[in-house]
Amino acid sequence: MNSVPQDSESHVLKVKDLHAWFGDFHAVKGISVNYPKNSVTAIIGPSGCGKSTYIRCLNRIHEEVPDATSKGEVNLLGMNILDPKIDAVEIRRKIGMVFQKPNPFPAMSIFDNVTVGLKLQGVKNKTKLKEVAESCLRKAALWDEVKDKLNQPGTGLSGGQQQRLCIARALAVDPPVLLMDEPTSALDPIASAKIEELMAQLREEYTLIVVTHNMQQAARIADYTSFYILGELIEHGLSSDIFTNPKHQKTEDYITGRFG
Amino acid sequence: MLLALSAVIVLAPLFLVFQYVFVMGATSLSWDFFTQLPAPVGETGGGMKHAILGTLYMVALSAVISVPIGVFCGIYLAEYGKGKLASLLRFSIDLLTGVPSIVIGIFAYILVVVPLKSFSALAGAFALSIIILPIVTRSSEEILKLVPQHIREAGLALGLPRWKVTYFIIVKGNLSGLVTGIMLAISRAAGETAPLLFTAFGSNFVNLQPTAPMASLPVQIYTYAISPFEDWQRQAWAGAFVLICLVLGLNLAARLMINGRKLKRKLEKRKAFKAQREESL
Repeated sequence: MNSVPQDSESHVLKVKDLHAWFGDFHAVKGISVNYPKNSVTAIIGPSGCGKSTYIRCLNRIHEEVPDATSKGEVNLLGMNILDPKIDAVEIRRKIGMVFQKPNPFPAMSIFDNVTVGLKLQGVKNKTKLKEVAESCLRKAALWDEVKDKLNQPGTGLSGGQQQRLCIARALAVDPPVLLMDEPTSALDPIASAKIEELMAQLREEYTLIVVTHNMQQAARIADYTSFYILGELIEHGLSSDIFTNPKHQKTEDYITGRFG
Repeated sequence: MLLALSAVIVLAPLFLVFQYVFVMGATSLSWDFFTQLPAPVGETGGGMKHAILGTLYMVALSAVISVPIGVFCGIYLAEYGKGKLASLLRFSIDLLTGVPSIVIGIFAYILVVVPLKSFSALAGAFALSIIILPIVTRSSEEILKLVPQHIREAGLALGLPRWKVTYFIIVKGNLSGLVTGIMLAISRAAGETAPLLFTAFGSNFVNLQPTAPMASLPVQIYTYAISPFEDWQRQAWAGAFVLICLVLGLNLAARLMINGRKLKRKLEKRKAFKAQREESL
Protein backbone atom coordinates (compact mmCIF):
# COMPACT_ATOMS: atom_id res chain seq x y z
CA MET A 1 0.00 0.00 0.00
CA ASN A 2 3.02 2.27 0.41
CA SER A 3 3.96 2.10 -3.24
CA VAL A 4 1.19 4.45 -4.32
CA PRO A 5 2.34 6.09 -7.53
CA GLN A 6 2.25 9.87 -7.33
CA ASP A 7 -0.28 11.30 -9.70
CA SER A 8 1.32 14.09 -11.65
CA GLU A 9 -2.03 15.59 -12.56
CA SER A 10 -3.90 17.79 -10.18
CA HIS A 11 -6.93 15.49 -10.07
CA VAL A 12 -6.83 13.62 -6.79
CA LEU A 13 -9.92 11.52 -7.49
CA LYS A 14 -11.08 10.35 -10.90
CA VAL A 15 -14.38 8.55 -11.26
CA LYS A 16 -15.08 6.70 -14.51
CA ASP A 17 -18.36 5.04 -15.44
CA LEU A 18 -19.44 4.25 -11.87
CA HIS A 19 -22.59 2.16 -11.42
CA ALA A 20 -24.23 1.07 -8.19
CA TRP A 21 -27.10 -1.26 -7.39
CA PHE A 22 -29.26 -2.25 -4.45
CA GLY A 23 -30.25 -5.76 -5.46
CA ASP A 24 -31.87 -5.18 -8.87
CA PHE A 25 -32.36 -1.47 -8.39
CA HIS A 26 -29.91 0.50 -10.50
CA ALA A 27 -29.28 3.52 -8.24
CA VAL A 28 -26.23 5.11 -9.86
CA LYS A 29 -25.94 4.92 -13.64
CA GLY A 30 -22.53 5.50 -15.13
CA ILE A 31 -21.09 8.59 -13.49
CA SER A 32 -17.73 10.02 -14.65
CA VAL A 33 -16.26 13.05 -12.88
CA ASN A 34 -12.76 14.20 -11.98
CA TYR A 35 -12.14 16.04 -8.73
CA PRO A 36 -9.22 18.51 -8.63
CA LYS A 37 -7.04 18.70 -5.54
CA ASN A 38 -8.10 21.21 -2.87
CA SER A 39 -11.49 21.85 -4.38
CA VAL A 40 -15.01 21.68 -3.00
CA THR A 41 -17.55 19.92 -5.17
CA ALA A 42 -21.23 20.03 -4.28
CA ILE A 43 -23.65 17.33 -5.42
CA ILE A 44 -27.24 18.48 -5.73
CA GLY A 45 -30.40 16.83 -6.98
CA PRO A 46 -33.86 15.77 -5.85
CA SER A 47 -34.28 13.16 -3.11
CA GLY A 48 -33.66 9.63 -4.25
CA CYS A 49 -31.43 10.66 -7.15
CA GLY A 50 -28.53 8.53 -5.93
CA LYS A 51 -26.34 11.32 -4.53
CA SER A 52 -25.73 9.59 -1.21
CA THR A 53 -25.30 6.18 -2.82
CA TYR A 54 -22.78 7.71 -5.19
CA ILE A 55 -20.51 9.16 -2.52
CA ARG A 56 -20.94 6.02 -0.40
CA CYS A 57 -19.37 4.12 -3.31
CA LEU A 58 -16.31 6.36 -3.14
CA ASN A 59 -15.23 5.03 0.26
CA ARG A 60 -16.82 1.63 -0.28
CA ILE A 61 -19.27 2.02 2.60
CA HIS A 62 -21.92 1.19 0.01
CA GLU A 63 -20.82 -2.44 -0.07
CA GLU A 64 -21.55 -2.82 3.67
CA VAL A 65 -25.28 -2.72 2.88
CA PRO A 66 -26.66 -6.21 2.18
CA ASP A 67 -27.23 -6.85 -1.56
CA ALA A 68 -25.49 -3.63 -2.56
CA THR A 69 -23.04 -3.85 -5.47
CA SER A 70 -21.04 -1.41 -7.56
CA LYS A 71 -19.00 -1.42 -10.76
CA GLY A 72 -16.69 1.02 -12.49
CA GLU A 73 -13.46 2.77 -11.74
CA VAL A 74 -12.63 5.17 -8.95
CA ASN A 75 -9.05 6.25 -9.23
CA LEU A 76 -7.45 7.68 -6.10
CA LEU A 77 -3.83 8.74 -6.56
CA GLY A 78 -3.33 6.18 -9.29
CA MET A 79 -5.11 3.11 -7.88
CA ASN A 80 -8.58 1.82 -8.61
CA ILE A 81 -10.15 1.65 -5.18
CA LEU A 82 -13.11 -0.43 -6.35
CA ASP A 83 -10.69 -3.24 -7.15
CA PRO A 84 -11.78 -6.09 -4.86
CA LYS A 85 -8.12 -6.90 -4.29
CA ILE A 86 -7.69 -3.61 -2.47
CA ASP A 87 -8.73 -3.65 1.19
CA ALA A 88 -11.67 -1.32 1.83
CA VAL A 89 -10.17 -0.59 5.26
CA GLU A 90 -7.10 1.00 3.62
CA ILE A 91 -9.28 3.07 1.30
CA ARG A 92 -11.34 4.46 4.11
CA ARG A 93 -8.22 5.81 5.82
CA LYS A 94 -7.61 7.88 2.69
CA ILE A 95 -11.20 8.94 2.06
CA GLY A 96 -12.95 10.14 5.20
CA MET A 97 -16.66 10.61 5.66
CA VAL A 98 -18.98 12.84 7.64
CA PHE A 99 -22.59 11.75 7.96
CA GLN A 100 -25.93 13.51 7.87
CA LYS A 101 -26.70 12.95 11.51
CA PRO A 102 -23.99 13.92 13.99
CA ASN A 103 -22.89 10.55 15.36
CA PRO A 104 -20.21 10.76 18.05
CA PHE A 105 -19.45 7.34 19.51
CA PRO A 106 -21.47 6.54 22.65
CA ALA A 107 -19.74 6.31 26.04
CA MET A 108 -16.60 7.98 24.70
CA SER A 109 -15.10 11.28 25.77
CA ILE A 110 -14.50 14.11 23.34
CA PHE A 111 -10.80 13.27 23.33
CA ASP A 112 -11.44 9.57 22.70
CA ASN A 113 -13.89 10.35 19.92
CA VAL A 114 -11.25 12.30 18.04
CA THR A 115 -8.38 9.90 18.63
CA VAL A 116 -10.17 6.55 18.46
CA GLY A 117 -9.35 6.08 14.78
CA LEU A 118 -5.62 6.39 15.44
CA LYS A 119 -5.73 4.47 18.71
CA LEU A 120 -7.41 1.48 17.13
CA GLN A 121 -4.88 1.62 14.32
CA GLY A 122 -2.27 1.02 16.99
CA VAL A 123 -0.94 4.49 17.80
CA LYS A 124 -0.11 4.42 21.52
CA ASN A 125 2.11 7.46 21.95
CA LYS A 126 0.13 9.77 24.26
CA THR A 127 1.86 12.99 23.22
CA LYS A 128 1.20 12.20 19.58
CA LEU A 129 -2.48 11.51 20.32
CA LYS A 130 -2.76 14.76 22.26
CA GLU A 131 -1.17 16.67 19.41
CA VAL A 132 -3.51 15.13 16.87
CA ALA A 133 -6.55 15.79 19.06
CA GLU A 134 -5.66 19.44 19.45
CA SER A 135 -4.76 20.06 15.81
CA CYS A 136 -7.88 18.28 14.51
CA LEU A 137 -10.18 20.02 16.96
CA ARG A 138 -8.58 23.32 15.91
CA LYS A 139 -9.09 22.48 12.24
CA ALA A 140 -12.71 21.65 13.03
CA ALA A 141 -13.04 25.02 14.82
CA LEU A 142 -14.08 23.28 18.04
CA TRP A 143 -10.93 23.51 20.16
CA ASP A 144 -11.79 26.72 21.99
CA GLU A 145 -15.21 25.41 22.96
CA VAL A 146 -14.07 22.03 24.29
CA LYS A 147 -10.45 22.40 25.39
CA ASP A 148 -11.46 22.48 29.07
CA LYS A 149 -13.74 19.46 28.90
CA LEU A 150 -11.96 16.94 26.71
CA ASN A 151 -12.84 14.16 29.14
CA GLN A 152 -16.56 14.77 29.01
CA PRO A 153 -18.77 12.58 26.80
CA GLY A 154 -19.01 13.64 23.16
CA THR A 155 -22.76 13.10 23.20
CA GLY A 156 -23.11 15.97 25.70
CA LEU A 157 -22.27 18.59 23.07
CA SER A 158 -24.83 20.51 21.01
CA GLY A 159 -25.79 19.20 17.58
CA GLY A 160 -23.53 21.64 15.75
CA GLN A 161 -20.62 20.93 18.07
CA GLN A 162 -21.19 17.19 17.66
CA GLN A 163 -21.00 17.54 13.90
CA ARG A 164 -17.74 19.47 14.17
CA LEU A 165 -16.49 16.75 16.53
CA CYS A 166 -17.34 14.20 13.85
CA ILE A 167 -15.39 16.27 11.33
CA ALA A 168 -12.41 16.36 13.71
CA ARG A 169 -12.71 12.59 14.15
CA ALA A 170 -12.62 12.09 10.38
CA LEU A 171 -9.62 14.44 10.02
CA ALA A 172 -7.63 12.58 12.69
CA VAL A 173 -6.77 9.71 10.33
CA ASP A 174 -5.61 12.39 7.86
CA PRO A 175 -7.47 11.46 4.68
CA PRO A 176 -6.67 13.59 1.58
CA VAL A 177 -10.33 13.39 0.51
CA LEU A 178 -13.33 14.08 2.74
CA LEU A 179 -16.87 13.07 1.78
CA MET A 180 -19.78 14.83 3.45
CA ASP A 181 -23.30 13.46 3.19
CA GLU A 182 -25.66 16.38 3.86
CA PRO A 183 -23.54 17.48 6.83
CA THR A 184 -25.77 20.40 7.80
CA SER A 185 -29.27 19.11 7.14
CA ALA A 186 -29.79 18.14 10.80
CA LEU A 187 -28.49 21.50 12.09
CA ASP A 188 -29.96 24.96 12.63
CA PRO A 189 -28.85 27.84 10.35
CA ILE A 190 -26.24 29.17 12.77
CA ALA A 191 -24.58 25.82 13.31
CA SER A 192 -24.81 25.26 9.54
CA ALA A 193 -23.05 28.55 8.86
CA LYS A 194 -20.20 27.45 11.11
CA ILE A 195 -19.82 24.19 9.23
CA GLU A 196 -19.84 26.05 5.91
CA GLU A 197 -17.13 28.39 7.15
CA LEU A 198 -15.19 25.33 8.20
CA MET A 199 -15.49 23.73 4.77
CA ALA A 200 -13.95 26.82 3.20
CA GLN A 201 -10.95 26.44 5.53
CA LEU A 202 -10.64 22.68 5.08
CA ARG A 203 -10.42 23.24 1.34
CA GLU A 204 -6.86 24.52 1.86
CA GLU A 205 -5.67 21.06 2.85
CA TYR A 206 -8.29 18.59 1.71
CA THR A 207 -10.47 17.77 -1.26
CA LEU A 208 -14.14 17.92 -0.32
CA ILE A 209 -17.15 16.33 -1.95
CA VAL A 210 -20.37 17.49 -0.32
CA VAL A 211 -23.90 16.22 -0.89
CA THR A 212 -26.42 18.93 -0.08
CA HIS A 213 -30.10 19.66 -0.43
CA ASN A 214 -29.49 23.33 0.00
CA MET A 215 -28.73 25.03 -3.31
CA GLN A 216 -27.71 28.31 -1.72
CA GLN A 217 -25.22 26.34 0.29
CA ALA A 218 -23.85 24.70 -2.85
CA ALA A 219 -23.51 28.09 -4.51
CA ARG A 220 -21.74 29.53 -1.45
CA ILE A 221 -19.25 26.79 -0.69
CA ALA A 222 -18.53 24.84 -3.86
CA ASP A 223 -16.05 25.44 -6.68
CA TYR A 224 -17.80 22.80 -8.75
CA THR A 225 -21.35 21.51 -8.71
CA SER A 226 -22.81 18.26 -10.04
CA PHE A 227 -26.52 17.91 -10.70
CA TYR A 228 -28.04 14.41 -10.53
CA ILE A 229 -31.45 13.06 -11.47
CA LEU A 230 -32.46 9.40 -11.06
CA GLY A 231 -28.92 8.15 -10.79
CA GLU A 232 -27.61 10.08 -13.78
CA LEU A 233 -25.24 13.01 -13.88
CA ILE A 234 -27.11 15.70 -15.80
CA GLU A 235 -24.57 18.46 -15.54
CA HIS A 236 -21.21 19.07 -13.90
CA GLY A 237 -19.22 22.28 -14.00
CA LEU A 238 -18.07 25.37 -12.19
CA SER A 239 -20.67 26.40 -9.63
CA SER A 240 -20.72 29.89 -11.07
CA ASP A 241 -21.75 28.45 -14.45
CA ILE A 242 -24.26 25.96 -13.11
CA PHE A 243 -26.08 28.49 -11.00
CA THR A 244 -26.01 31.43 -13.40
CA ASN A 245 -25.90 29.83 -16.79
CA PRO A 246 -26.95 26.16 -16.75
CA LYS A 247 -26.62 24.34 -20.05
CA HIS A 248 -29.43 21.87 -19.39
CA GLN A 249 -33.10 22.70 -19.23
CA LYS A 250 -33.53 20.23 -16.33
CA THR A 251 -30.78 21.90 -14.31
CA GLU A 252 -32.35 25.28 -14.85
CA ASP A 253 -35.78 23.97 -13.86
CA TYR A 254 -34.34 22.47 -10.68
CA ILE A 255 -32.29 25.43 -9.51
CA THR A 256 -35.08 27.86 -10.22
CA GLY A 257 -37.48 25.68 -8.26
CA ARG A 258 -39.77 24.68 -11.11
CA PHE A 259 -39.04 21.03 -10.59
CA GLY A 260 -37.94 18.63 -7.88
CA MET B 1 -62.56 0.89 35.89
CA LEU B 2 -61.93 -2.56 34.49
CA LEU B 3 -58.41 -1.50 33.63
CA ALA B 4 -57.77 -0.23 37.11
CA LEU B 5 -59.14 -3.45 38.53
CA SER B 6 -56.88 -5.62 36.40
CA ALA B 7 -53.95 -3.44 37.36
CA VAL B 8 -54.73 -4.09 41.02
CA ILE B 9 -55.13 -7.81 40.36
CA VAL B 10 -51.73 -7.88 38.69
CA LEU B 11 -50.10 -6.01 41.53
CA ALA B 12 -51.83 -7.93 44.31
CA PRO B 13 -49.92 -11.25 44.08
CA LEU B 14 -46.56 -9.53 44.21
CA PHE B 15 -47.46 -7.56 47.30
CA LEU B 16 -49.23 -10.46 49.00
CA VAL B 17 -46.36 -12.85 48.39
CA PHE B 18 -43.92 -10.25 49.50
CA GLN B 19 -45.80 -9.33 52.61
CA TYR B 20 -46.42 -12.93 53.63
CA VAL B 21 -42.85 -14.02 53.06
CA PHE B 22 -41.64 -10.95 54.89
CA VAL B 23 -43.85 -11.55 57.90
CA MET B 24 -43.11 -15.28 58.08
CA GLY B 25 -39.50 -15.10 56.98
CA ALA B 26 -38.13 -12.02 58.66
CA THR B 27 -39.42 -13.17 62.04
CA SER B 28 -37.68 -16.52 61.65
CA LEU B 29 -34.48 -14.91 60.54
CA SER B 30 -31.54 -14.68 62.83
CA TRP B 31 -27.81 -14.24 62.59
CA ASP B 32 -27.46 -17.99 63.06
CA PHE B 33 -29.36 -18.52 59.84
CA PHE B 34 -26.42 -17.13 57.87
CA THR B 35 -23.62 -18.64 59.95
CA GLN B 36 -24.85 -22.07 61.08
CA LEU B 37 -25.32 -25.41 59.43
CA PRO B 38 -28.65 -27.22 59.84
CA ALA B 39 -29.28 -28.60 63.31
CA PRO B 40 -30.10 -32.29 63.63
CA VAL B 41 -33.78 -33.23 63.67
CA GLY B 42 -35.29 -32.52 67.05
CA GLU B 43 -32.96 -29.71 67.97
CA THR B 44 -33.99 -26.15 67.30
CA GLY B 45 -31.79 -23.51 65.75
CA GLY B 46 -29.27 -23.99 62.99
CA GLY B 47 -29.12 -22.19 59.69
CA MET B 48 -28.67 -22.40 55.96
CA LYS B 49 -25.14 -21.16 55.54
CA HIS B 50 -24.37 -24.11 53.27
CA ALA B 51 -27.37 -23.44 51.03
CA ILE B 52 -26.64 -19.72 50.66
CA LEU B 53 -23.05 -20.48 49.75
CA GLY B 54 -24.19 -23.27 47.43
CA THR B 55 -26.58 -21.03 45.54
CA LEU B 56 -23.95 -18.33 45.14
CA TYR B 57 -21.40 -20.93 44.04
CA MET B 58 -23.55 -22.62 41.44
CA VAL B 59 -25.01 -19.40 40.06
CA ALA B 60 -21.52 -17.97 39.71
CA LEU B 61 -20.27 -21.14 38.02
CA SER B 62 -23.21 -21.21 35.61
CA ALA B 63 -22.57 -17.56 34.77
CA VAL B 64 -18.93 -18.31 34.06
CA ILE B 65 -20.05 -21.02 31.63
CA SER B 66 -22.86 -19.28 29.81
CA VAL B 67 -22.20 -15.53 29.94
CA PRO B 68 -19.23 -15.53 27.54
CA ILE B 69 -20.98 -17.91 25.14
CA GLY B 70 -24.25 -15.99 25.37
CA VAL B 71 -22.69 -12.58 24.90
CA PHE B 72 -20.60 -13.72 21.93
CA CYS B 73 -23.61 -15.38 20.41
CA GLY B 74 -25.63 -12.19 20.88
CA ILE B 75 -22.87 -10.13 19.26
CA TYR B 76 -22.81 -12.53 16.34
CA LEU B 77 -26.58 -12.31 15.88
CA ALA B 78 -26.70 -8.52 16.13
CA GLU B 79 -23.61 -7.64 14.13
CA TYR B 80 -23.02 -10.44 11.64
CA GLY B 81 -26.01 -12.75 11.74
CA LYS B 82 -27.81 -12.40 8.43
CA GLY B 83 -27.87 -15.80 6.75
CA LYS B 84 -29.64 -19.09 7.37
CA LEU B 85 -27.33 -20.04 10.24
CA ALA B 86 -28.41 -16.91 12.10
CA SER B 87 -32.13 -17.53 11.69
CA LEU B 88 -31.63 -21.13 12.75
CA LEU B 89 -29.72 -19.95 15.79
CA ARG B 90 -32.37 -17.39 16.68
CA PHE B 91 -35.12 -19.99 16.34
CA SER B 92 -33.25 -22.57 18.46
CA ILE B 93 -32.61 -20.00 21.17
CA ASP B 94 -36.29 -19.07 21.28
CA LEU B 95 -37.16 -22.75 21.59
CA LEU B 96 -34.60 -23.21 24.36
CA THR B 97 -36.20 -20.36 26.30
CA GLY B 98 -39.44 -22.31 26.28
CA VAL B 99 -38.07 -25.67 27.43
CA PRO B 100 -39.40 -26.46 30.95
CA SER B 101 -36.61 -26.26 33.49
CA ILE B 102 -37.30 -29.78 34.80
CA VAL B 103 -36.54 -31.12 31.33
CA ILE B 104 -33.25 -29.29 31.36
CA GLY B 105 -32.62 -30.91 34.75
CA ILE B 106 -33.12 -34.38 33.29
CA PHE B 107 -30.84 -33.49 30.42
CA ALA B 108 -28.09 -32.41 32.81
CA TYR B 109 -28.68 -35.59 34.84
CA ILE B 110 -28.12 -37.81 31.81
CA LEU B 111 -25.19 -35.81 30.54
CA VAL B 112 -23.27 -35.04 33.72
CA VAL B 113 -24.61 -36.96 36.71
CA VAL B 114 -24.75 -40.39 35.07
CA PRO B 115 -21.20 -40.38 33.61
CA LEU B 116 -19.72 -38.96 36.83
CA LYS B 117 -21.79 -41.42 38.88
CA SER B 118 -22.54 -38.72 41.43
CA PHE B 119 -24.77 -35.75 41.97
CA SER B 120 -22.59 -32.70 41.73
CA ALA B 121 -22.45 -28.93 41.87
CA LEU B 122 -21.05 -29.07 38.37
CA ALA B 123 -24.21 -30.77 37.09
CA GLY B 124 -26.36 -28.16 38.84
CA ALA B 125 -24.36 -25.29 37.38
CA PHE B 126 -24.52 -26.93 33.96
CA ALA B 127 -28.33 -27.10 34.14
CA LEU B 128 -28.55 -23.49 35.30
CA SER B 129 -26.22 -22.34 32.56
CA ILE B 130 -28.50 -23.89 29.93
CA ILE B 131 -31.39 -21.98 31.45
CA ILE B 132 -29.68 -18.60 31.33
CA LEU B 133 -27.88 -19.06 28.02
CA PRO B 134 -30.83 -18.07 25.81
CA ILE B 135 -31.72 -15.13 28.06
CA VAL B 136 -28.20 -13.72 27.90
CA THR B 137 -28.01 -14.26 24.16
CA ARG B 138 -31.27 -12.60 23.28
CA SER B 139 -30.83 -9.67 25.64
CA SER B 140 -27.31 -9.01 24.29
CA GLU B 141 -28.63 -9.15 20.74
CA GLU B 142 -31.49 -6.76 21.50
CA ILE B 143 -29.22 -4.26 23.24
CA LEU B 144 -26.76 -4.18 20.35
CA LYS B 145 -29.51 -3.96 17.75
CA LEU B 146 -30.57 -0.67 19.33
CA VAL B 147 -27.29 0.91 18.25
CA PRO B 148 -28.07 2.95 15.15
CA GLN B 149 -26.50 1.74 11.90
CA HIS B 150 -24.78 5.07 11.24
CA ILE B 151 -22.60 4.60 14.34
CA ARG B 152 -21.23 1.42 12.77
CA GLU B 153 -20.73 3.18 9.47
CA ALA B 154 -18.91 6.02 11.19
CA GLY B 155 -16.49 3.49 12.67
CA LEU B 156 -15.96 1.76 9.33
CA ALA B 157 -15.50 5.13 7.63
CA LEU B 158 -12.51 5.78 9.89
CA GLY B 159 -10.77 2.87 8.22
CA LEU B 160 -11.24 0.42 11.07
CA PRO B 161 -11.76 -3.27 10.43
CA ARG B 162 -15.20 -4.62 11.20
CA TRP B 163 -14.21 -6.54 14.33
CA LYS B 164 -12.57 -3.47 15.88
CA VAL B 165 -15.70 -1.42 15.26
CA THR B 166 -17.76 -4.19 16.85
CA TYR B 167 -15.64 -4.65 19.98
CA PHE B 168 -14.18 -1.25 20.71
CA ILE B 169 -17.04 0.98 19.63
CA ILE B 170 -20.30 -0.97 19.62
CA VAL B 171 -19.76 -3.41 22.52
CA LYS B 172 -17.68 -1.09 24.70
CA GLY B 173 -20.14 1.73 24.15
CA ASN B 174 -23.01 -0.40 25.43
CA LEU B 175 -21.39 -2.36 28.23
CA SER B 176 -23.84 -1.28 30.90
CA GLY B 177 -26.77 -2.49 28.79
CA LEU B 178 -25.11 -5.86 28.31
CA VAL B 179 -24.36 -6.16 32.02
CA THR B 180 -28.00 -5.43 32.83
CA GLY B 181 -29.17 -8.31 30.66
CA ILE B 182 -26.67 -10.63 32.30
CA MET B 183 -27.79 -9.66 35.80
CA LEU B 184 -31.44 -10.32 34.95
CA ALA B 185 -30.53 -13.74 33.58
CA ILE B 186 -28.48 -14.56 36.68
CA SER B 187 -31.29 -13.58 39.00
CA ARG B 188 -33.50 -16.00 37.10
CA ALA B 189 -30.99 -18.81 37.67
CA ALA B 190 -30.78 -18.08 41.40
CA GLY B 191 -34.45 -18.96 41.88
CA GLU B 192 -34.58 -22.24 39.92
CA THR B 193 -35.40 -25.37 41.93
CA ALA B 194 -36.46 -28.06 39.49
CA PRO B 195 -33.20 -28.51 37.55
CA LEU B 196 -31.22 -28.70 40.80
CA LEU B 197 -33.29 -31.45 42.42
CA PHE B 198 -31.55 -34.28 40.64
CA THR B 199 -28.34 -32.60 39.58
CA ALA B 200 -26.84 -30.80 42.57
CA PHE B 201 -29.22 -32.78 44.79
CA GLY B 202 -28.50 -31.11 48.13
CA SER B 203 -26.24 -31.51 51.09
CA ASN B 204 -26.20 -30.74 54.77
CA PHE B 205 -22.66 -29.43 54.81
CA VAL B 206 -20.68 -26.65 53.30
CA ASN B 207 -19.21 -28.03 50.11
CA LEU B 208 -16.92 -26.15 47.78
CA GLN B 209 -16.06 -29.09 45.54
CA PRO B 210 -17.63 -29.00 42.12
CA THR B 211 -17.84 -32.79 41.90
CA ALA B 212 -19.75 -33.31 45.15
CA PRO B 213 -23.45 -32.71 45.83
CA MET B 214 -24.19 -29.17 46.91
CA ALA B 215 -27.04 -27.51 48.74
CA SER B 216 -28.92 -24.59 47.27
CA LEU B 217 -31.50 -22.24 48.72
CA PRO B 218 -34.44 -23.31 46.53
CA VAL B 219 -33.88 -27.02 47.11
CA GLN B 220 -33.29 -26.50 50.81
CA ILE B 221 -36.50 -24.51 51.06
CA TYR B 222 -38.35 -27.28 49.25
CA THR B 223 -37.00 -29.98 51.56
CA TYR B 224 -37.71 -27.98 54.71
CA ALA B 225 -41.13 -26.78 53.65
CA ILE B 226 -42.50 -30.30 53.08
CA SER B 227 -40.98 -31.61 56.31
CA PRO B 228 -43.25 -32.23 59.31
CA PHE B 229 -41.05 -30.26 61.72
CA GLU B 230 -42.26 -26.83 62.66
CA ASP B 231 -38.77 -25.47 63.17
CA TRP B 232 -37.74 -26.55 59.65
CA GLN B 233 -40.85 -24.94 58.20
CA ARG B 234 -39.94 -21.68 59.87
CA GLN B 235 -36.46 -21.98 58.44
CA ALA B 236 -37.95 -22.57 55.00
CA TRP B 237 -39.73 -19.22 55.34
CA ALA B 238 -36.52 -17.56 56.33
CA GLY B 239 -34.80 -19.16 53.34
CA ALA B 240 -37.55 -17.94 51.05
CA PHE B 241 -37.11 -14.46 52.43
CA VAL B 242 -33.35 -14.50 51.85
CA LEU B 243 -33.82 -15.87 48.32
CA ILE B 244 -36.33 -13.17 47.44
CA CYS B 245 -33.98 -10.54 48.77
CA LEU B 246 -31.16 -11.98 46.69
CA VAL B 247 -33.14 -12.10 43.44
CA LEU B 248 -34.78 -8.77 44.09
CA GLY B 249 -31.45 -7.22 44.93
CA LEU B 250 -29.96 -8.40 41.65
CA ASN B 251 -32.98 -7.20 39.71
CA LEU B 252 -32.92 -3.87 41.45
CA ALA B 253 -29.21 -3.44 40.82
CA ALA B 254 -29.77 -4.19 37.14
CA ARG B 255 -32.59 -1.70 36.94
CA LEU B 256 -30.63 0.96 38.76
CA MET B 257 -27.94 0.53 36.17
CA ILE B 258 -30.43 1.05 33.34
CA ASN B 259 -31.93 4.06 35.05
CA GLY B 260 -28.51 5.42 35.84
CA ARG B 261 -27.80 5.27 32.14
CA LYS B 262 -31.07 6.94 31.28
CA LEU B 263 -30.50 9.63 33.85
CA LYS B 264 -27.04 10.24 32.49
CA ARG B 265 -28.39 10.47 28.98
CA LYS B 266 -31.09 12.87 30.11
CA LEU B 267 -28.50 15.07 31.77
CA GLU B 268 -26.39 14.95 28.63
CA LYS B 269 -29.36 15.91 26.52
CA ARG B 270 -30.17 18.81 28.80
CA LYS B 271 -26.57 19.93 28.62
CA ALA B 272 -26.62 19.63 24.84
CA PHE B 273 -29.79 21.70 24.70
CA LYS B 274 -28.24 24.37 26.87
CA ALA B 275 -25.09 24.35 24.76
CA GLN B 276 -27.19 24.71 21.64
CA ARG B 277 -28.97 27.70 23.09
CA GLU B 278 -25.77 29.37 24.16
CA GLU B 279 -24.35 28.77 20.73
CA SER B 280 -27.35 30.38 19.09
CA LEU B 281 -27.22 33.46 21.26
